[in-house]
Parts: sequence; C-alpha cells; structure tokens
Amino acid sequence: MNQPVTFFIDGQVIQGQPGQTILEAAQDARVYIPRLCYREGLSNFGACRVCTVLVNDKPVAACTTPITEGMMIENDTERVQNYRKDLIDMLFVEGNHFCMFCEKSGNCELQALAYRFRIPAPKYLFQFPQREIDASHPDIFIDRNRCILCGRCVRASKELDGKNVFQFVGRGTEKRIAVNADQLSDTDAVVTDQAMDACPVGAILKKHIGYTIPVGKRVYDHQPIGADIEDSAVASDT
Amino acid sequence: MVATKNTNHIVIEPVTRVEGHGKVTIHLDEDRKVDQARLHIVEFRGFERFIQDRPYWELPVIVQRLCGICPVSHHLCAAKAVDRLVGGENLTPTALKMRQLMHFGQFFQSHVLHFFHLCSPDLLFGFDSDPLQRNVVGISTKYPELAKQAVLMRKFGQEIIKHTAGKKIHGTGAIPGGINKNLTIQERDELLTDIEQMLQWARDAVKIAKDYTVENLELAKDFGSFESHHVGLVTPDGTHEIYDGGLRAIDTDGQIIFDHMDNQKYLDYIVEEVKPWSYMKFPFIKSLGAENGWYRVGPLSRVNACDQFGTPEAEAERKEFAAVTDGRPNHLTLAYHWTRMIETLNAVERIKELLHDPDLQGDDLMVKGERRQEAVGIIEAPRGTLFHHYRINENDQVVMANLIVSTTSNNTPMNMAVTRVAEKYLSGVEEITEGLLNHVEVAIRAYDPCLSCATHALGQMPLTIDLYDCQGNLLDSKSKH
Repeated sequence: MNQPVTFFIDGQVIQGQPGQTILEAAQDARVYIPRLCYREGLSNFGACRVCTVLVNDKPVAACTTPITEGMMIENDTERVQNYRKDLIDMLFVEGNHFCMFCEKSGNCELQALAYRFRIPAPKYLFQFPQREIDASHPDIFIDRNRCILCGRCVRASKELDGKNVFQFVGRGTEKRIAVNADQLSDTDAVVTDQAMDACPVGAILKKHIGYTIPVGKRVYDHQPIGADIEDSAVASDT
Repeated sequence: MVATKNTNHIVIEPVTRVEGHGKVTIHLDEDRKVDQARLHIVEFRGFERFIQDRPYWELPVIVQRLCGICPVSHHLCAAKAVDRLVGGENLTPTALKMRQLMHFGQFFQSHVLHFFHLCSPDLLFGFDSDPLQRNVVGISTKYPELAKQAVLMRKFGQEIIKHTAGKKIHGTGAIPGGINKNLTIQERDELLTDIEQMLQWARDAVKIAKDYTVENLELAKDFGSFESHHVGLVTPDGTHEIYDGGLRAIDTDGQIIFDHMDNQKYLDYIVEEVKPWSYMKFPFIKSLGAENGWYRVGPLSRVNACDQFGTPEAEAERKEFAAVTDGRPNHLTLAYHWTRMIETLNAVERIKELLHDPDLQGDDLMVKGERRQEAVGIIEAPRGTLFHHYRINENDQVVMANLIVSTTSNNTPMNMAVTRVAEKYLSGVEEITEGLLNHVEVAIRAYDPCLSCATHALGQMPLTIDLYDCQGNLLDSKSKH
C-alpha cells in the first residue's frame, strides 16, 4: 500500500492518498472546497477556477493540482474567498441568469454558491450576451443563456455515455457549447444520457419537468452547498 | 399640488396609494371648467414580448412577475392555460382544491391590503382631511387595533399562499396539469388556528364598508358613478366564482349580454382598442362596439353579475347589498369597497370549508392528456377578470401571448370616474386644493387598479409626443402607430 501524503490546509494536518488532487483529498477529510466544473466520475478539467486555493502563495485549481508531501494550502481565508467570490460574480454577469424564474432555482450549484458566499447581487456590470436556445429535441431543452462553460456535459457525454453530443466551439468571449449537428434533435442524444444530468445550472434541462419539486424540497432549500461534505453545516440563508 | 386661478393644466403625479405608477391630467377651459381629465399609465412593461421563445412550463412562474400584489392570479391564470396545452385541464380534486385555496388566500390578502392600507384613510378621515394624517401611519396612530388586525389578516392570506405555492410571493405551486404539493396536516392545523378570528374580522370589515356606503349613499350616488356593463365569472347555476366557471356579461339593467361563452373563443366577445395617450389598452364587448361596449370588472361587477354566493354569510351580505338598488345592478363607484369586503368574507368562509376537506391531503397531484398548441385561461383576479392566451410551437416554445388584465378592463371606467369627479369637484373652483384633488384619487382607488399589471404589452402601443413652448403653443408632434 502506498504511503499516505501529509499536507496542510489552513494549518490543519491532513493525510491523503498519492495521486489525489487537493480537492479530492480535502473532501475525504471533510474540508469543502467550492467547485462547479468538477464532478465526481468525470475527468478533472480546471475550467471554472472556483476551487482556487493558494499553494505557496500561488493560486492553483484544487481540482487539477495533486497533493504533495508537506504542501501548505490556503483555503478558507478572506483572500481566497474573495477570489472565489469574484469568480462567481463574473459567472453571473457573463451570462443571463434569472434565478427568479429559472426552474433550476434551489437545485442550481451556481445559485447555491452565491448564497453560500453571501452575494446578494453581482458587483460587476451585466454583459447581457445574446445566446441561442435549442428547443429542437422532444425531451431536452438547451438554454445557453445560463451556460457557464464548465464542460461537464462535454465530458459526461464522452466519458460516461460514450457519445460526442456536446463540444466547445469559439474562443474567448465567443466560446460556447455546440452540439454535434445543426441542432440537438439531429444528434444521438437521449434524455437518459448521463450528460443530461451533469449541468450544474439550468442550461441543459429535461423538458416538461419544470417546477415539479416544490419549494422546501429542493437540494439547497435547507442547507448550503458543501454542507454534506463538511462536518458541521453552516446555517442556510436560502 | 395646489392649483391657483392662473393654472389651467393640473397634473396629479404620481397617483398615490395604488399599485404601480400613473398620473392624472386635467385641463381647464377659460371659465375654469374641466375640459378634459385623463388617467395616464406611465409605466412600461414587456411581458407579452419577452416570454416569447420560453418553454411553456415556465409561463406560470414568469408571468406572475407582472405583479407583486396579485401574482397568484397570474400564476393560476397562466397555469389554467398551460393545463390545456398539456391536456391536463381536468385537474385531480387535490390539485383543484389546492389551487382554489391558494386563490382564496390571495383574494383575502389582496382585498385586505387594499381596503385597510390604501383606502381606509380616505374613508375614516375624510377625502379632504389633513394629508399628513390621511395615510396608513395615521390609521395605525388613531386606530391601532384596526391597523394590527389588517396586518394579521394579510399575514393569514400570505401564509395560505406560502403553504400552497411554496412561497408567499412568486411561488411555484401550480404546474402544468396540477400542483406540486398537497397541504400537510401540520400546515392545515396551523391555518385552522386563526380561522375563527379571521372570520370575525372579515365580518367586521364588511360592516365598516357597508355602514360607510349606506351612511354616505347620497355622496356615493354622485361620486364618479355612472351606469355600465359588468363582467365576471359565475358557475353554471350563477354562483359567484373566482377560479373557474363561465364568463357572464350583464347590461346596465342586469340583463344578460352573454353567459358562459366559450373561454377559448374570448376574442369573439372581447376586443381591445389602443389609444395614443396611454400604455394601457381599452377592451370592449365586441357585439356592442367600442363606443358602447366598455364594461367594468372587479368586486362590484362580480357581485352584480352573480345570482348568489356559495357561502351563507357572504350570501346574506349580498342580499343586503342588492336590496339597496332593489335587485338592479349597483353602479356606484364607491360601492366597490362594500363588495370587496363581501368577497373577503366569502374568501374566508371558503378557506374554512377547504381546510376541512381531506382532498387537500391527497397524493394524486397531476394529470396530462392530449397536447395542444394554443390555449386560453380565464380567472377572476382580485381586481377583475383576467385573460391569458398563449400559442406554442412544436418545440414547446411560446410564440404568441396576449394578456388582458383586470385593470385594463377598468380603463375606460376609471377615466370616466376621473372625469365625473373632476367635473363635480374641480370645475369653476377658485383654488383647487390637495384635498379636492384627492377626490380624483379616491375615485381611482375604488377600482384598486394595478397599473404595473396593466402595462404589460410591447410593440403594439401607439405613442404620441407633443412639444409645447412656455406659452403652451404646440411646436412639434411625433407619433408612432
């Protein structure tokens, strides 16, 4: 058996397994590091940077950086939390996120992070981008207004479904999620694909479901995101 | 504002103690007689346009954001239309009764808010009393028990909405073909704790409104009053109804113009006209034409249009109300308050009935059937009949929406009431005081207009901008039609 790796998060001594990322090892030790593009069972991607931590004062993505012996990690400090706050803030203003009528509200990881970080409204200016909707599929609805380019759908389609339904196209501010045809209905996507459950926000939705889960029964109605990982959940503001 | 003898153009802006933003303009002629008085709606919304392309199941949740006071009405009206889109209009008993309970909770809180918070200062202190006292703070100072009662009554209605829709404002309860939750025993018992107190306070509120109207009948007869048609939903046996039923229109004598028309063909019966000076449209009964076909909606019209209430205490009060006009329709603008409180009593009676109904604890919440691509929902909002009309494409996206909201139907009547009151109280007066101008606002308030709801349209409103110099000469005019 491999020797455990000893490292430190905010001064706390933690032991992980060789090859684990900071995020994975922290999670095993019940230390929550916020994340959006990370999803258990998918390859690590490092796109959203919400899991940013400081290692030797240098910002790195916890979901892609492996732990090393004696590593000193800054996680739950004002400086790091402010970085994350800014990143979450920017994700909101770069898209068109209208939580008040989004059916993902209460189950949305981006919204839940905003509540956890106590962001009542973004401090940056809204970009109001013009983005496309793809409603062509009889069972699946794509609203790119809410896409945060986390790539979870891309990886889930490829790695779990053995398909290639989604892919990134464009660069910079023009980057977006495309489907492997003119429209989704022309692909081999089906509603039971694991990619359709991978979206952390309301960009990929199963049609005709809507608001069937009542307020009070949604994932983040009573506990903040990450509370399931932490030993003691902080009180929910939601 | 106070208008001196040199003033010939009076603007009341904003109209206070109403939902939304509007203004009144009054033009006086050379003899200081009222030449023209108009209620202008100066808000601009765009719901009919920006819900296009959205999936149909979002409609009940999006369109309710037209309003923060009666979102439940929009939520349920859209849900009724969407029910038809999914072939789920024959709701399960649990879904139907949960929605009815939600709607009665909404009526209760909305009517209470209007009567106590917005109108009672006029009725209890006088139309031209000191404006520093004539407000909700004045009420809470002089009548603290009444103010407390108003707050608790509204809270009760809001709690009902929370337990049925998930949230007190902008909930998600009604979903295509049903409801997303039932009422738990704990929620039911919590509401039943206060029900007798609410009943008693509703009885007391009817008495306040009734006594005021009866004692001031001579004033009311000449206060912005006029004969009109009335429109409201009734059940097949003519009982007062707010969630479902058929639409009935009566004329000034109470004769039926149409009854239980096909809701899906409402455009065969109701038409909207646009005018260049308001963002609000002017609906009228098609068969009677724009000139004569305008009508009133809301509590007064519903009570006039129905044959009876389905609950004993409200029905006894209706009979007393009807006796004032010997069974003929009551056309008094100020009588809106009385009928609004009768409906409040009816709401709490119905809430009590529903809370004792075990169907509310059922688990059969949703039905679906044959899909459709176009549907209409009609419901009675607190302020009157509400129409939602949607068309979707084969991809489930909204391609057309038309909403006729209650306040829109009362557009012509409110303008008429404003004109009547202005003519009676402002014509030829040397100094037009704030108190006199408040008379105009009192007439508007009687209708409980929701101006935010009423200005939802985009892209079809004509607009005229006139440019005057300081002498009042027209320099330029631009119009968009």
